[in-house]
Amino acid sequence: MKTLTVSVVTPDGPVLEDTFDMVSCKAESGELGILPGHIPLVAPLTISAVRLKRENQVEQLAVNGGFMEVQPDKVTILAQSAEKPADIDVQRAQEAKKRAERRLQSKQDDIDFLRAELALKRAMNRLNVGN
Amino acid sequence: MASLRDIKGRIDSTKKTRKITSAMEMVSASKMSKAEQNAKNYVPYSKKIQEVVADIAGSSTDVTHPMLEKREVKKTGYLIITTDRGLVGAYNSNILRKLQQTINERHSSTDQYTIIAVGRNGYEYCKKRNLPVAKSIIGVADQPEFSDIKDLAKETVQLYADEEIDELHIIYNHYVSAISQKVTSTQLLPIENMQDEASESEYEYEPDEKQILEVLLPLYAESLIYGALLDGKASEHAASMTAMRSATDNAGELIDDLTLTYNRARQAAITQEITEISGGVAALE
Repeated sequence: MKTLTVSVVTPDGPVLEDTFDMVSCKAESGELGILPGHIPLVAPLTISAVRLKRENQVEQLAVNGGFMEVQPDKVTILAQSAEKPADIDVQRAQEAKKRAERRLQSKQDDIDFLRAELALKRAMNRLNVGN
Repeated sequence: MASLRDIKGRIDSTKKTRKITSAMEMVSASKMSKAEQNAKNYVPYSKKIQEVVADIAGSSTDVTHPMLEKREVKKTGYLIITTDRGLVGAYNSNILRKLQQTINERHSSTDQYTIIAVGRNGYEYCKKRNLPVAKSIIGVADQPEFSDIKDLAKETVQLYADEEIDELHIIYNHYVSAISQKVTSTQLLPIENMQDEASESEYEYEPDEKQILEVLLPLYAESLIYGALLDGKASEHAASMTAMRSATDNAGELIDDLTLTYNRARQAAITQEITEISGGVAALE
């Protein structure tokens, strides 16, 4: 059976490089599932979990934005940060989540809502993948 | 002539200094190899992102983006990468000289440019000379991670997007080798000279090219800033290593000289003592 080579690259170095049967992720325009033999594609990703499937196993990665580049036999994900479940600091993510929620609820004008929202999304994503 | 004890004291203190500088040289050497490794880790990311940007910019003629277009330059931004510490030889002065030179050549008033300073040396230089500093960051780690400078990079790119600056130049020390660093000044924004490295495949874009560019170009510009920072850090450690090595060498030379003087003075003292004794004996006879 054909497989996909998946590499996840961040500015701090490669995070993962392995072969999988299927990649599913959330692009800005919606969920995308990539199987081997896909036409070349470029799509921006949202802050979400990328699921990598090999036979009956599913691995998850918390990806913070970025985009993916697809070749028929290769998927490259470029993101500013990407973490495997084992590398996620759950406690830190929980604190970040609380902090972001407090900011969003405080309803003050001088708070950058967009930024707090993004921080909240990142924290929730990490928690989802981490647990 | 200095007394024997004075010379001995100087020899001892120089030896201690030499011990410190040689330790610092070794510390810098290990930091440099790590920084070099970091710069290497970053290469695949930058290469890929450049490939995709070049592909999009090259393939479509109708896609435009402010970051790809030249506009009338009213204000120029200069991003300078300097160090927090000293003891790095001519590292900072080279950068600051280049900055001053560029400003003198291109601008007549402080309204026409602004400076984004990374590192304490650059920041203080600008403050002292009343140069406008838009943003600054002090205390970047020796082995910076992307998250350390993400905010600065983002805000800098935002300055351009908001049309506060119409050009962004970056001045940093490019790491050529452990003994050679070159001051480099490049234009970051607008993005020019995207040579299309003839990638093998034409991509489909989801949802479309324009939206991809909107995500991609800021990422690209930020990654270039990060790349320059990594390059600058490797240079910093290399420069510090070289500076410390020459300090160690100089201390060695100084110790040799002082030892020679010390021995001469000792000999002179002995000769004098003998003369005195034999003079005394002669007087008794």
